[in-house]
Amino acid sequence: MSGTRLARNEQINGWLFIAPSVLLIGIFLVYPILWSLWMSFQVGKGMNFSFGGFTNIIRLTKDPIFQIALTNTLIFLVFQVPIMLTLALLLASALNDPKLKFRGFFRTAIFLPCVTSLVAYSALFRSMFSNEGVVNKTLMAMHIIDQPILWTSDPFWAKVLVISAITWRWTGYNMIFYLAALQNIDRSIYEAAKIDGVPAWARFTQITVPMLKPVILFTSVTSTIGTLQLFDEVFNITEGGPANATMTLSLYIYNLTFRFMPSFGYASTVSYVIVVGVAILSFVQFYLARERSRA
Amino acid sequence: MIARILTRGSLYVLMSLVAFVSVFPFYWMIVGATNTSSDVIRGKPTFGTALFDNIAHFFNLFDVPRVLLNTTIIAVVGTVLTLALSSLAGYGFEMFRSKFRDKLFGLMLTMLSIPFSALMIPLFIMMSQAGLMNTFVGIILPGIASIYIIFYFRQATKAFPSELRDAARIDGLKEWQIFLYVYLPVMRSTYAAATIIVFMANWNNYLWPLIILQSNENKVITLIISSMRSGYNPQFGAVMVAVVLATLPTLFIFFALQRRFVEGLLGSVK
Repeated sequence: MSGTRLARNEQINGWLFIAPSVLLIGIFLVYPILWSLWMSFQVGKGMNFSFGGFTNIIRLTKDPIFQIALTNTLIFLVFQVPIMLTLALLLASALNDPKLKFRGFFRTAIFLPCVTSLVAYSALFRSMFSNEGVVNKTLMAMHIIDQPILWTSDPFWAKVLVISAITWRWTGYNMIFYLAALQNIDRSIYEAAKIDGVPAWARFTQITVPMLKPVILFTSVTSTIGTLQLFDEVFNITEGGPANATMTLSLYIYNLTFRFMPSFGYASTVSYVIVVGVAILSFVQFYLARERSRA
Repeated sequence: MIARILTRGSLYVLMSLVAFVSVFPFYWMIVGATNTSSDVIRGKPTFGTALFDNIAHFFNLFDVPRVLLNTTIIAVVGTVLTLALSSLAGYGFEMFRSKFRDKLFGLMLTMLSIPFSALMIPLFIMMSQAGLMNTFVGIILPGIASIYIIFYFRQATKAFPSELRDAARIDGLKEWQIFLYVYLPVMRSTYAAATIIVFMANWNNYLWPLIILQSNENKVITLIISSMRSGYNPQFGAVMVAVVLATLPTLFIFFALQRRFVEGLLGSVK
């Protein structure tokens, strides 16, 4: 008798502890994501919805700004994430070497950008990368360039600027994850490989990278999700310009919703492109990680 | 031998270069705060004398104490509520296991990857229909239940000694008392680490306040930094003062609690 009462108490308490959070997640996550799925099939301005079937999806295929935004977002993803993660991994393995002096200083310095808000560092980068700004001056003084680079008004360099900015902000963040994982690898594996004459580069690709696979997977999934939603930086450094050269999907959704006459239905369709993109890319990354660990 | 010294040396040169690039913008922000707007734009890398002009200009443009107060209230209240609810849930999911709740938890984890971009339109409509535009409640409410922080607390709860809980039960404590008087004090380092992460995220939040806070008296620091750039004649010296003010609290937290800070970041993947 008392056994079942205890079990029932366990049940009640279990639900009581999680109820507030579960309720809020239901209201502010589950309900909105289903609602925006519904909205993505609606047409009309403002709150006047009418069912449009595939109208919005057809509109996507004919919308040049959407296609530019999608292409730009994918360009940022394809270049920025691998560059950043490779850099983070190389820095982490350099810092993991106990013979390196000033390790604490280097680690703190490289991690420091993580404390800045995205808006604040965007403002910094905007002023540093102005036409006559400190970056152009330095590059010219070092004779790397003869003419100032028009960072915010040239479509190519604007993309380079955004990629550099994000890499500055997030490399140290990812490096910390790698560093923590590296510290769990038994150093004797490296010593043994060294004695067997395995060169440093091969030790990196044959020991470090395979051992860190779960963390690499984690960081590449989170970075992918972050980059697909890129907003703060492009909004504050380049405003999506010049001529949409740094327009991203999130920025386009924002413009569709809050800048132009609100078109909630179509904006929701664009937002579901991100949802589907995140789902597909996360799945691919998990699949690749599993395949390689079997081989 | 010489080759080894050379590679060693070039490693230090490279690491110093990376460290320099990482830290330079911080130097730039402080130097910029002391320079005139045109000096900032022309890349003057040395300290100037315009600091007080910039501060005065910034305080003329905005009700700065009010902005800092708004940002602090939102960040502190949001952090306290997030920690309270998420730690309750993390504790509940780990301590009262049932097949159904485990499945629910698994489902919640898959929701971690739902992008905010896909939520902002319905959330915006919900908030305007509920009359919560331009309110702190509207800013704070949708962020309180954080799956990430629930996950973080559940992982940490695995290390909570169950003997403590059993002993408290034998002493006749109710479940909520065990949570409040046993669990909470024992787990204070977990709370500290989570506080840093959540506070930072709230303090630095931008897109959601941009959507919700449209009247001037409720603006937060990220919004005014962003609005300063788009003016007719942006005052970059004053922008730098604002950037310094926005960055100082998080920089201070980082240096004061560096170890906890890193723990908080790594927490959930350990």
